[in-house]
Amino acid sequence: MCVLRLTPDNLFFVLSEKVANGGVSMWCELSQANFFDEYQMEGVSPEDNEICLEVTPENLSRALKTVQSAKSVKVKLTKKHCPCLTIAAELPTLSSISRVVTHDVPVDVIPRRLWHEFIEPSVPDFDVSIYLPPLKTMKNVVDRMKNLSNFLVIEANLNGEMNLKIETDLVSVTTHFKDLGNPPWGDDSSQDGGPSQGRDPDSMAEARVDIRRLQQFLMGQQVNPSKAMCNIVHQRILHLILLHEDVSLQYFIPAVA
Amino acid sequence: MRCVVTGGNVKVLAKAVHSLSRIGDDLYVEPQEDGLALRSVNSSRSAYACFLFAPLFFSRYSIPSDHTFRCKMAIKSVQAVFRSLATLEKTVEKCHIELDEQKDRLTFTLHCKHGLLKTHNLSFQDSESLQAVFDKDSCANVFRAQSRLLVDTVVHFPSSLEEVTVSVSDERMWVRNHVEEEAEQSKVMLTELCLASDEFDHFAVKTHNSITFCLKELRGLLVFAESTGLPVSMYFDEPGSPVVLSVTDSVLEGNFVLATLSEDPSLHKNNSKGAHTLPPPPPDDFMNDDIDSYLIAMDTSIAPGPSTAGPSTPPLADPTCSKQSAVAAHRTRTHREEDEEAEEDETDDSDRPPNKKFRSLFFGLVLPPSSQISTQPVMSQEVLASDSEDETQAE
Repeated sequence: MCVLRLTPDNLFFVLSEKVANGGVSMWCELSQANFFDEYQMEGVSPEDNEICLEVTPENLSRALKTVQSAKSVKVKLTKKHCPCLTIAAELPTLSSISRVVTHDVPVDVIPRRLWHEFIEPSVPDFDVSIYLPPLKTMKNVVDRMKNLSNFLVIEANLNGEMNLKIETDLVSVTTHFKDLGNPPWGDDSSQDGGPSQGRDPDSMAEARVDIRRLQQFLMGQQVNPSKAMCNIVHQRILHLILLHEDVSLQYFIPAVA
Repeated sequence: MRCVVTGGNVKVLAKAVHSLSRIGDDLYVEPQEDGLALRSVNSSRSAYACFLFAPLFFSRYSIPSDHTFRCKMAIKSVQAVFRSLATLEKTVEKCHIELDEQKDRLTFTLHCKHGLLKTHNLSFQDSESLQAVFDKDSCANVFRAQSRLLVDTVVHFPSSLEEVTVSVSDERMWVRNHVEEEAEQSKVMLTELCLASDEFDHFAVKTHNSITFCLKELRGLLVFAESTGLPVSMYFDEPGSPVVLSVTDSVLEGNFVLATLSEDPSLHKNNSKGAHTLPPPPPDDFMNDDIDSYLIAMDTSIAPGPSTAGPSTPPLADPTCSKQSAVAAHRTRTHREEDEEAEEDETDDSDRPPNKKFRSLFFGLVLPPSSQISTQPVMSQEVLASDSEDETQAE
């Protein structure tokens, strides 16, 4: 299940299995003006001008997939047999009357008292932050590594070097990336500047993650983002960030022992 | 019996076999005077398909003259003969089908390029005749459309979807997925597509009806129609009578007959005949909408939010359908025995998976004279080009 938050300016898709329990969490923010010609919403109240819905992502994805070739698409929150996100699309036809397809995706309205569970996660106190190699390359590597092992170690340093490593009884494989570059977080006050300032640039921070989680993240990326980076909290969390035009996506994968 | 299929028709025959395999596990073969009939039926007898290939489809067609022959065989074996359609097209020049009654075998010989011969000996079993009783001519609602339209409609529904409901008015056809149990309603995504009459080649509605049938079984026909480029015709009456979908050209006719859910008789009493509540056609001005009608009660747990309840779509022919078998008025008197058998079987249906509720007894196990069975090409016999290169089989 996935949570969709709607505010006057943005849409957020939130997945939050508790990271502490080993689940991934995801935060995706889209600027609505980038997608919609028309956008009207009224939240719970003027102070809390927001709508929070729980939806099954497969349904939503299927509905949107079938309307890819549509002339126009409308998304409405309606009440049918239960609250629904109704996706109505006008499909191109040869006749004068358009063909209209409607998908009613059932949703659960999340009451305001639970909204605190779906707020933007804060950037963790990371040890190393580094730009990712081209996602396609990374995906190819991870796909092949998945055949050999269930866990992968991702390590990086402040010198723009990253390694993807797997190790089993029979074989160990490492893929090295160089000259990736490190994002300049230095001025960011939330980082204290402390841990990364005094850090030896060659020292690697690593996180051992379930390879399927990483693969899921890489599989989902259809568009080459303008910026892709990851923050590693040594042996704790892998925090992946993608930025593309007006969409930002953050993905948290917990490290396993 | 000896039949020879040449050129592009081999592929058409292969496609028909694959199409029939979507219905049932057995292929019923019956060489008739008017052509070779290939049929299949599903285990619950709620779906039936028949392809009739006229003698002209073959470059040679001879059938046992002294007696009627019919048999059935595992359709998977026949599919194995025609396994790769691409290879068939490229390498197979002719296909001979011969009957060896002494050994109970049907031999398929593929004559391929470079003198290669592939011979498949398939054993068969004797079988009863399989004929569905249906009469396309008497159906109230008749449609014909290019297969593209139907394929584009079906793509909006997941391939796992069992049942769809088709509703028609004078100018529109709605197709939506059918959700049976009340319990699932709040979790299931509902999809509805509205087609205008001018998208069809032919659209004739006499009664405004809704019928519900299994989509899965139909996909086989759609694949066949799309690959051969033939338009698909659809015939139906009231809920409970079977829906017939067919493709026709000058040398072949394919009919898929599917049972439809019959209505709850108590519901039927309340509705005047044919006056089902149909959803309103989508507004002509798709882009403009009054938002107020779409606000829903938001969060009643804390502050009262905007709470104009939106419009609820009037439910169509409510799916509290009875378990009555979908028997049409098309059954002839000779099948009364089957009637009684069916009544007894009804009570078993309640525990079976939903498919079985479509028990339809439009089958006759005894073969009546062929005049009652509509395997004749029907209605306007337009000659539609098939994709075979070799239509004129000189013999």
